[in-house]
Amino acid sequence: MNTNPSGAMHEYWRSLEERARTPEFERWLHAEFPAAAEEWVSEIHRRDFLRLMGASVALAGLGACTKQPLEKIAPYVKQPEQIVPGKPLHFATATTFVGYAQGIVVTSHEGRPTKIEGNPEHPASLGATTVWAQADVLDLYDPDRAQAITKAGQISTWDDFLPELNLALERQQQTGGSGLRILTQTITSPTLGRQLADFAKKFPNARWHQWDPMTRQNIHIATGSGEHIYNVAAASVIVSFNSDFLYLHPAALRYAREFASARQVRQVKGARMNRLYVAEPTPTITGASADHRIAVAARDIEMIAATLAQGLGLVEGIDPTLLADPIPKWIKAAARDLSANQGRSMVIAGETQPPAVHLLVQKINHHLGNIGRTILPGRQVVANPLDQTESVRALIRDMNNGAVDLLFIIGGNPVFDAPVDLAFATALGRAKLCVHHSLHTNETSLACHWHIPAAHFLESWSDALAFDGTPTIIQPLIDPLYAGVTAHELIEAVIRQPVRSAFEIVRESWRTAKPSLDFDFDWRRALNHGVVPQASEEAIAASIQTGQSRALNQSGLEILFRPDPNILDGRYANNSWLQEMPQPFTKICWDNAAIVSPQLAKQEALKTGDVVELEFRGKKIAAPVWIQPGQSENSVTLHFGNGRKEAGRVGRNVGFNAYELRTADALWFGEGLTLRKTGSKHEFATTQHHHAIEGRHMFRAGTLAQFSTDPNFASRMTEVPKRNETLYNPDEFKNAGYAWGMVIDLNACIGCNACTIACQAENNIPVVGKYQVSVGREMQWIRIDSYYNGSAEAPELNHQPVPCMHCEHAPCELVCPVGATVHDDEGLNLQVYNRCVGTRYCSNNCPYKVRRFNFFELNSKLSASEKLGKNPDVTVRSRGVMEKCTYCLQRINAARHVAELDHNRSIRDGEVMPACAQACPTEAIIFGDINNSNSRVSEFKRSPLNYGMLAELNTRPRTTYLAKLRNPNPELASL
Amino acid sequence: MAQIFSPRSNVQAKVIIVATILLVCAGGWLTSAVWWSPYTTYVNVPFDQPVPFSHQHHVAGLGIDCRYCHTSVETSSFAGIPATETCMTCHSQLWTEALLLAPVRASLTSNTSLKWTRVYDLPDFAYFDHSIHVRKGVGCSTCHGRVDQMPITWKTQTLYMKWCLECHRAPQNYLRPQNEIYHMAWHPSKDQTALGRQLIAQNHIDTSGRLTNCSTCHR
Amino acid sequence: MSAGIIPPDEQVRTRLSPLGYPSNLLGPRVTYADVNESISSIVLCDRAPAQWWVGFAVAFALLMIFFLAVSWLLIRGIGIWGVNIPVAWGFAIVNFVWWIGIGHAGTFISAILLLMFQNWRTAINRLAEAMTLFAVACAGLMPLLHLGRPWVFFWLLPYPDTMGMWPQFRSPLVWDVFAVGTYFTVSILFWFLGLVPDLATIRDRARRVWQKKLYGFLALGWRNSADHWQRHQTAYLLLAGLATPLVLSVHSVVSLDFAVAQLPGWHSTIFPPYFVAGAIYSGFAMVLNIVIPVRKIYHLENLITERYLNNMANVMFATGLMVSYGYFIEAFMSWYSGDIFEQYMMTNRAFGPYGWIFWVLMLCNVLVPQTLWSRRIRCNPFPLFIVAFFVNVGMWIERFVIVVTSLHRDFIPSSWGSYAPTLWDWATLFGSVGLFLMLLFLFIRFLPMISISESRELVAEPAKANAL
Repeated sequence: MNTNPSGAMHEYWRSLEERARTPEFERWLHAEFPAAAEEWVSEIHRRDFLRLMGASVALAGLGACTKQPLEKIAPYVKQPEQIVPGKPLHFATATTFVGYAQGIVVTSHEGRPTKIEGNPEHPASLGATTVWAQADVLDLYDPDRAQAITKAGQISTWDDFLPELNLALERQQQTGGSGLRILTQTITSPTLGRQLADFAKKFPNARWHQWDPMTRQNIHIATGSGEHIYNVAAASVIVSFNSDFLYLHPAALRYAREFASARQVRQVKGARMNRLYVAEPTPTITGASADHRIAVAARDIEMIAATLAQGLGLVEGIDPTLLADPIPKWIKAAARDLSANQGRSMVIAGETQPPAVHLLVQKINHHLGNIGRTILPGRQVVANPLDQTESVRALIRDMNNGAVDLLFIIGGNPVFDAPVDLAFATALGRAKLCVHHSLHTNETSLACHWHIPAAHFLESWSDALAFDGTPTIIQPLIDPLYAGVTAHELIEAVIRQPVRSAFEIVRESWRTAKPSLDFDFDWRRALNHGVVPQASEEAIAASIQTGQSRALNQSGLEILFRPDPNILDGRYANNSWLQEMPQPFTKICWDNAAIVSPQLAKQEALKTGDVVELEFRGKKIAAPVWIQPGQSENSVTLHFGNGRKEAGRVGRNVGFNAYELRTADALWFGEGLTLRKTGSKHEFATTQHHHAIEGRHMFRAGTLAQFSTDPNFASRMTEVPKRNETLYNPDEFKNAGYAWGMVIDLNACIGCNACTIACQAENNIPVVGKYQVSVGREMQWIRIDSYYNGSAEAPELNHQPVPCMHCEHAPCELVCPVGATVHDDEGLNLQVYNRCVGTRYCSNNCPYKVRRFNFFELNSKLSASEKLGKNPDVTVRSRGVMEKCTYCLQRINAARHVAELDHNRSIRDGEVMPACAQACPTEAIIFGDINNSNSRVSEFKRSPLNYGMLAELNTRPRTTYLAKLRNPNPELASL
Repeated sequence: MAQIFSPRSNVQAKVIIVATILLVCAGGWLTSAVWWSPYTTYVNVPFDQPVPFSHQHHVAGLGIDCRYCHTSVETSSFAGIPATETCMTCHSQLWTEALLLAPVRASLTSNTSLKWTRVYDLPDFAYFDHSIHVRKGVGCSTCHGRVDQMPITWKTQTLYMKWCLECHRAPQNYLRPQNEIYHMAWHPSKDQTALGRQLIAQNHIDTSGRLTNCSTCHR
Repeated sequence: MSAGIIPPDEQVRTRLSPLGYPSNLLGPRVTYADVNESISSIVLCDRAPAQWWVGFAVAFALLMIFFLAVSWLLIRGIGIWGVNIPVAWGFAIVNFVWWIGIGHAGTFISAILLLMFQNWRTAINRLAEAMTLFAVACAGLMPLLHLGRPWVFFWLLPYPDTMGMWPQFRSPLVWDVFAVGTYFTVSILFWFLGLVPDLATIRDRARRVWQKKLYGFLALGWRNSADHWQRHQTAYLLLAGLATPLVLSVHSVVSLDFAVAQLPGWHSTIFPPYFVAGAIYSGFAMVLNIVIPVRKIYHLENLITERYLNNMANVMFATGLMVSYGYFIEAFMSWYSGDIFEQYMMTNRAFGPYGWIFWVLMLCNVLVPQTLWSRRIRCNPFPLFIVAFFVNVGMWIERFVIVVTSLHRDFIPSSWGSYAPTLWDWATLFGSVGLFLMLLFLFIRFLPMISISESRELVAEPAKANAL
């Protein structure tokens, strides 16, 4: 990738049409958005309209003259000891990613969980959170959750369910459960594992099947049940074969932290960075962070891995010339780099690659002596790992043979997401009695006889293991809002009755599993810390087998199936925060697309938004095309998870259903895709679709080499005016005491969106829906701009988070007629919602366009449950007022009170942590007092890489950036 | 030609002109009057409560400390409304049959909260913290008045922002020593300003202007 | 009454200035009686002409649309319009600036021309002033409707409130409140003061009692006595003196709404003069668009002679050229500044997504008015009407270009957006036109639209009427 030495000359651009400047693109730009009346016009009837009209006219006149309504206040009957009204409590528990635990600490206000943060003590979190963990709290309050036990759609009760269950179970008793099946997703819960073991004892002929659309079976097959644990921080050279280990991985948070820590550069002295090589078919967060990324077909990666192995002298007989340029050069450079860093390097392959690749990778790592240094053998985490495709296939076979009398589906949504060629739905019809247990009523629930609503994990007792086997006890923060029961209780009902509570089940299972002198103490400690201290169990030695590498695949279109970067396999489809989250690179919201490469688009004369018919293995679907720079030439990526027919109000009919093409033999990729243009068009809602950076210097980047020779390259790019170049008093704001400031380290940011969703959760930010996003009214306070640089085929992918800059000379403040946006003595640029009259002048005058406006009353339609989720420390904004990032003012004030109540001490560095900084896995956002020269933020601001975005406008932004550095291999200057 | 207007109309015209001017002024005065009247501010307006609780009796009569019921006043933003339990600590022994206390007993037996009408009710966009005010030397009676003389509780201040600012602009006029915070009868003496200045220093109160920043109360 | 008055000279009709321009301000043989009759009959006649009814009906329909749009806006919020981030200002502000601009001609004609002893204001000043009031009324509504929370608009006024807060006097929007407020007050006083003697005339000529009473009441007991006249004239001049600086100040302040911001395309020192010129430009265009049809329908050719048309066309043309110069300087400065943001703004304005609108603007405001070089056009009502109409449309587009094209692509490319007006935007625009016309038609019907007393002056002093 051409990293131009000057760094300044980079031409950044965002989309391909922009790059190509096609007339189509211009036309599309000109195209005005549907200026039709709003959706809601239809909702409103004539009478209401007139009534409202009258009301509103009155409102207009008297709106300001209404007096405050009386409020009721309801104290406790019995005051719980822990709870001090007005003071939040924090509890450690865990959420799961594909079954793997990620430790979290949940904030609870008067018994209402309101915010999820990472658990610093948990190995898979280290205090950071994923977007999904952040959004879990919204799921808890989702009014569309299944609320009652249903039988054939009719509301029923647990007490009606049990007799019917027992009747069915009695029949199974005689046959030893030969007609009894359980289908689960990937499970790491030791308790559930033990329960299923008991179940197997009680019903020896019963079977436990698993299906998880995001299955990691490829890895388990290769490694024999355990997953390696990588010490990313210790690796100075990393080669990734289509592994998104920084985003879509059970240990992503940890690996991202370690990865960034090994790249952190602030001063020239001792500046060192690791080097990341990535070969992947479609852009991922990991790929974007690479120093050398090549876009290759997924099917070629095995060949590439083999060639690399050959380059290291591990295998013979592979003809590298089969590979198109620049792949061989990339392999050669990588091989040399690896062998130069024996024991200080790591090679990793993604779960979407076949076992053979993983075996090759193991071989390479062994050869390099990385095992035991950068790579530690993992232990079995998943309960009963197996080939899930075969497992679900077997289940379907049995169902079709009528051999299944009683089927429990614990979680998941196989009717929607099982391999389409296996026809799960039709088979399910042949099962005599099936019971589905899930959070939402989904496609599968409707196909089952009974549906048992699952308790949300914030309502349940349970447990789960992290990627490295560290257990966490999952504890509830609130009683089930609805009639939810946990999987433990349901399974318990099958093996023994009367059913104990989940609490007893989990606690008992731990008492038996880890007997100790003082169990109660250990138990309480485990709950407090959110991790169960582990005696280091025997690790499973990585078994080294030799995989035979196949010859290079023939060309032709390749289809890729990937989980949706927002809603994963569809389990978060009804989560509006995630649906409205701008997807990495594309910035698409509320949608999914058939992602194609620029080359393919050219060849097929495709434009973004064209609807194409995709045919694969005889199945057809229509999908809109998105042209993505950095996509491998002949690969078409489909994100599965959307296109839900039976989700809540949020998730229904969003995007298209990619599962309709996903077959058992092509879980992740397959060949023989045909693509036909239909001629119809589709409108994507994207938060940033277009536009070159026009030679401006918002985003600044360079290379490590360049930095060491010319440290100030970034700050030199624009001229910043002197402090006193202002008509007003330069010292108008004395900024004595604390002076809050922020640094965003572009070198660390991987663009994972965690900050965006964390901010949304912390600050009661509403969602607006697809149409409003498409007309430019999204509300997120911190956005992530992404810029491309270089050629369309092999671009650099860059991210830049943009919150409010809290300018010391804030243009917004000058123009507000009512003083609703003003400065405070600590340098915060405040937005006073209750003073704002909504002239929107401030937004016009904000060069960063970080202000968001409530064009409608966005909180009027909140359900009772959704109201519970709001953060009581932040005002819920009403219609017609401006809002924006506050540096999490509520947290600053809270810390201030704590400090002052504690003998008037001053706030310690790091005591105030804005939501974005707290969630960030790579610690890319540093916040603190810049008047304190010892604070971390001051230290960062002293870096020569530090620059202020648009500081040439004399805004004196308090939020500054550290320019991004890359560490390219000199051999590969051209790549 | 015939006169359209009688001679009186000259006077009428003048009257009308003057009247209009007066009317405009009156309108302005009326608005502000209504704005500051108890009708809008609820100042000195007792509310119907499920139980006609008398601070006068409990504070002046029995000498119960504020913190006995308002437990979290020193630790939390919210001073705390006593749980039914708290009432019953005494009233399980005293006045166990009193008709007035029936709702309290009902609340305990049916395990449902008493629903009091909120007397001091700030708008939701203003964030007030009792603990910090108490710690910095603002006494109860400064805002809540002589509750020890209230047979039923009412508001003694408008809670208008202007009123908040009076103190935030010049705390020295209102601060009192720590040991006087819960003392109802305390009132500023002649040398209050001196005392106030001293307390400002001793309680590290930032009078540089930060107290009047919007961010102090609005988020 | 007309006895003893020498009728204007026979030559008057064909009298031409040395430059060959029509120079007479009165038709031939116009007598006091003619003046009184032709003007007051419009007010006092029992049936308004059919054309009036048609116009009134159209205006009424538009006004209803306006009410609908406003109610819906108050019910739902600003979101029903096309505004967004980054284009947070849309039609409302465009309309505001447009209407305020139109308002200017009135004061210019009545105040400045009065002070400069320009008699060719006589027959048009009343209409122009009325137009000013109605335009400013429409303008005043726009910023209110445009607020996110219109019901707290009064926070922009300095008054002792319960919050202990004042407006932020650094903000141009606060300056607007004062500028527009003052302008409206002075205009309405000036207009009414001028009306008083005429109201007396109407009162005296009225046959119905209610008319006598109504106009009598409004005439404030005017008796045409010498000291009445003496005071009236003094007051009139004083007010004219007050109003004159306003002509310059109001639109300068409005222009500061943009110039004070640092947005490329707004942040420009040339804005105040350039806006004032634009304002008078559109103002005269609007006067022409009103006067020409009225003159025809009510057969007022004798009172509103070709000379009026010609002179108005001249002023319109002159200001038009100033505006064109403004366009040129804007483009030049953005290039000369060497500032990449400014330069991009200008190229984007001309060749970006909204480029075509920019070129329509050039057509309306720069090219079409060039036809005014020709006297045939200037003195010929129909083509003049067309040109004026182009200018009015052009001036609206100018404001659209300034507001939207500057906003939609500013500093950070990632947050560039686009703007598309919704049905409600259009409803608000045409609705406000309805409000304007509604008021105008009522005025024409119930008040003397040409100053009777001043026209009589011309009859009395033919020299004045035919002065060059």
